This record gives sequence, C-alpha cells and structure tokens, in this order.
Amino acid sequence: MAYINHEVVERQMTKRRTKNTVFKNLFLGATLLALLALVVLMYRMITQGAGYLSLDFLQNFSSRFPEKAGISAGLVGSLAMLAVVTPVSLFLGVGAAIYLEEYAKKNKVTTFIQMNISNLAGVPSIVFGLLGLTIFVRMLGMGKSILAAGLTMSLLILPVIIVAAQEAVRSVPGSLREASYGMGATKWQTIYKVVLPAAIPGILTGSILALSRAIGETAPLVVIGIPVIVQFLPDGILSEFTALPMLIFDWAKRPQEEFQYVAAAGILVLMMLLIFMNSIAVFIRNKFQNRY
Amino acid sequence: MVQAIVREEQQTKQEMKVLQNQPRENVYETNNLNLWYGDKHALKDINLNIQENNVTAIIGPSGCGKSTYLKTLNRMVELVPSVRTTGEINYRQRNILDKGYSVEELRTKVGMVFQKPNPFPKSIYDNIAYGPRIHGIKNKKVLDQIVEQSLRGAAIWDEVKDRLHDNAYGLSGGQQQRICIARCLAIEPDVILMDEPTSALDPISTLKVEELVQELKENYSIIIVTHNMQQAARISDKTAFFLNGEVIEFDATDKIFSNPSDKRTEDYVSGRFG
Repeated sequence: MAYINHEVVERQMTKRRTKNTVFKNLFLGATLLALLALVVLMYRMITQGAGYLSLDFLQNFSSRFPEKAGISAGLVGSLAMLAVVTPVSLFLGVGAAIYLEEYAKKNKVTTFIQMNISNLAGVPSIVFGLLGLTIFVRMLGMGKSILAAGLTMSLLILPVIIVAAQEAVRSVPGSLREASYGMGATKWQTIYKVVLPAAIPGILTGSILALSRAIGETAPLVVIGIPVIVQFLPDGILSEFTALPMLIFDWAKRPQEEFQYVAAAGILVLMMLLIFMNSIAVFIRNKFQNRY
Repeated sequence: MVQAIVREEQQTKQEMKVLQNQPRENVYETNNLNLWYGDKHALKDINLNIQENNVTAIIGPSGCGKSTYLKTLNRMVELVPSVRTTGEINYRQRNILDKGYSVEELRTKVGMVFQKPNPFPKSIYDNIAYGPRIHGIKNKKVLDQIVEQSLRGAAIWDEVKDRLHDNAYGLSGGQQQRICIARCLAIEPDVILMDEPTSALDPISTLKVEELVQELKENYSIIIVTHNMQQAARISDKTAFFLNGEVIEFDATDKIFSNPSDKRTEDYVSGRFG
C-alpha cells in the first residue's frame, strides 16, 4: 500500500486550506448582502413612516390629505379576507395533501398531478387574479367582495399549502403507521390519531407562511378591481372592501411627497402583521417539534 | 369485558387439554401459500401449522422470506403495493386471505411487535390506551385498568408507573420495546407476532424481552422471527427454517438444533452459512 504520498499531501495542504477559508467567507458575504438589503429597507421604512404611525392612522379611512389618511379600512379588509382564506385553503390544501400521500396509488396519473401542483406554485399571481375575476367576480356574481378576493387568494396559496402539508405528512415515519395498522386501526383512525398529530407542526408552519403571502399579495386584488377609496368598514362577507397592500400601492403612486411617508407607515403596519404571523409559525415549530 | 371472559374459557380449555394430554390446537394452518412482490417469488408453497400457546421461531438467512411470512399472518404485507398471494392461511379455521375477511378484525386478534421499537410520540399512557381506544373503549376506569395490566404483563409497570404521562420517547430502547409489547397486549390478542424484536436492543434488554416471551406463552401463541439462532434455541418450542422462500424444515426446536434431518438446516444452524 503506497497510494497516498504524504509529501504530496503536505505540499497541497496550504492550497486546500486556503480554498476552505475562501468559500466560507464567500458564503458569509452572501448572507450579509441579503441581510444588508433587509436592513436598508427597514431603515428607510422606519425613518420615513414612523412619524405617521399613530392611533389615528390605524383608525382613519384613506383621505386626500396625508395627515388625515389612515388604514383602518385596509387593515380590517385584509384581516376579513384572511378569515376567508384560512379555512378554505387549509381545508382544501391539507385534504389534498392527505389524499395524495395516504390514499392515492403511486402511478403516472398521480405523478402528473403532483408535477402540476408544483407548477401551479410558480404561476404568477396576476394569472390567479384573472382567474378570480372571471370565475368568482363575474361568473358566480360575487362582485368585488371579500369572498371573491378570499377565494382567489386561496387558489393562489393552495399549491404552497399542499406541498408543505405533503412534506409534513410524508415525514411521519412509516413505522408509526405500521404500529397503528398492526393494532387493527382503520386508515382514517391512523390518519386522524397518528399521522395528523405528528404532521401538524409542519402543516401549520408551512400554512402560516403561505397565509402571510396572501396578506401581502397585491396583483390579484388589482386585477379583480378591489377599490382603494373605501370610506366604510366591511359589514359582511359579500361586502366591498379594500386591503392593506392596495392602500400602500395607491399612496405610493400619489404625487405629493407626504404620501410616500404615509405609504411607508402602511408598509410598517403590514410588516408588523407579517412578522407577527411568522413568529407564530416559529413558535409552533419550536413548541411541537417531535423527535421520531 | 367479554374478550377477557372468552380468554379465561380458552385457558381453562387449554389446561384441561394439557391434563388430558391432548394435542394443542392449531392457531394457523398455512396451505400452499405463494407470494410475489411484483415478479419476485418471495414465498413458495409454504405449508406450516402453528400450535397455540407455543413459541414458534422462524429462522433463516436475510431475504429468505421469514419476515414476509410473518407479515402475511396479519396481512401487514399488503401495505406493500404489488403484492400478490395464492393459497390459504387459516386462522382458527377461517381463511384470512379471503376477500371478505376484515383486516381490522384480524389485527385485533393478532398483535405485532416490530423490529425497531416504534412507540407513538405520545405519553406512555396514551400509547397503551391507543388500541383499546380505537376499538371504542372510552371509560377512563377501564382504560386505567387495561394500561396497568398491559404494563404489568410486559414487565415494565414498576419502571414506568410514576411517569405514565411522560412521553414514551424519553425511555431507553429496551423499555420502548417493552412498551410496544404492552401496547400489543392491550388489544388482548390471541397471537403475538414478533419481527426480530431484539435486534435493535442491548444484551440486557434482550434478556428481559426473552424472559417476557417465556411468560407470555402461557396465555398467547407467539411467532417470532429472529436472525439470532441462540435466541431461537433458548426461547422457542418449535422452529421453522426458511431458505429462499421455502420452508426447509419445521420441527421441535431441540431436534432442529441437535439433529436436523436436512443437510441445509444443519449447515445453517451450525453457522456454515447465513
């Protein structure tokens, strides 16, 4: 045995170690650059918007005067839309994931469906907006309502929820299912009592991230024709409404400089909402993390 | 508890038979069983009769079909897609391979302990109560009794009685396996199938499980797959030797290990291959 020439190994050592350090720093740089972009964004928003953040800002409707403009209609509208999106997308998404993982036979048809779900996740949101406009707003006559927008957003995030839920269901070890079947449990009992409890942290984490995307999306709402100037709070699921990102979009378009600051304040509220939702996701993940 | 009463009756019948020196009844009669995984012929013309209140060991080299045969006895093998079987397996005189035989009913009578301990990520109590609960028992007092009796039956009550509501994952591997055995006892089975139950355990835990098997055979019929020949020799009454999907020899364990009639069995048990 003389395959390893220790002299050669030693000679190459410096080069190998340099490469090692270079790559470490390269990746560190990539991380810092991404963070820097976020920090700059946050800095701009806070310096510009913080001055306009007040209780009045949360309680007022939008206005021609920057100092009187507020986001109450958008905030309530967005939360009301979320109240439609959450049950619809969770029920459909988790249901489809369970069907695909636990019931469907693995054959060409399911592979094809699977592929298309992944593709759907990549379809631009504006396309979902057009779909929502055609089907929910016009064909089903829902108008520019919370229901129509909520269903459109549900379709938009459905593929993401399905994929996340499928992964969570798949990561439940087969040995747990075997244990349950081995005691005479039916498929449904096994899913309900073993698979779902073990998969729920993963399902919720993925779903909350998808829901926060639904809150931030603007394009589908623009296409549906959600109005901006709304001087009332929604009074039901078929009520017209406006949403946070719509207001921000509207203010940012206006010529007066002050409205840029109002937009920044709106973004701050939206960001706080998103950070709140994401921390719930992190909390759930840490609290219910199972070891198998 | 009707099942318990039936069991007692069975036991008395059993005792009378022993007194009268009658042969034990067969729990399983396998006739010309063939099984394919896709194109692979995994079990070939298996004919085996398994007696009640015995420990029957199944030995053989890896890939010989011993685990497949065990999983056919409670039809767990059907979890693998593309499995096809012919022939019949009569459990207490009824063919379990019949379309009409409900697997849920079968698995309530035939419990299984797996190779790797697989407790649920729940408390010890909920693990044991899982089986009774899925079969519709809700009464807290009854569940408490089942949990205690099952844990006692698996000789682990004293170790866990003060921490019944702790997660079962906090236990050692050997304890987890006995929890799994207790969980299996909680459905009050007639037969217990064990698929290499000690292969993931340390020697001391293995010893405990082996002692437990000796105690359990008073009340249950046990079929155990093992790759450990000493284990088969120590704990079983009868041994079947599988090779390439066929039963080469099936006889009293003493005979298999001291005076086998087939050359291949002799080679295997004396450690010449496998």
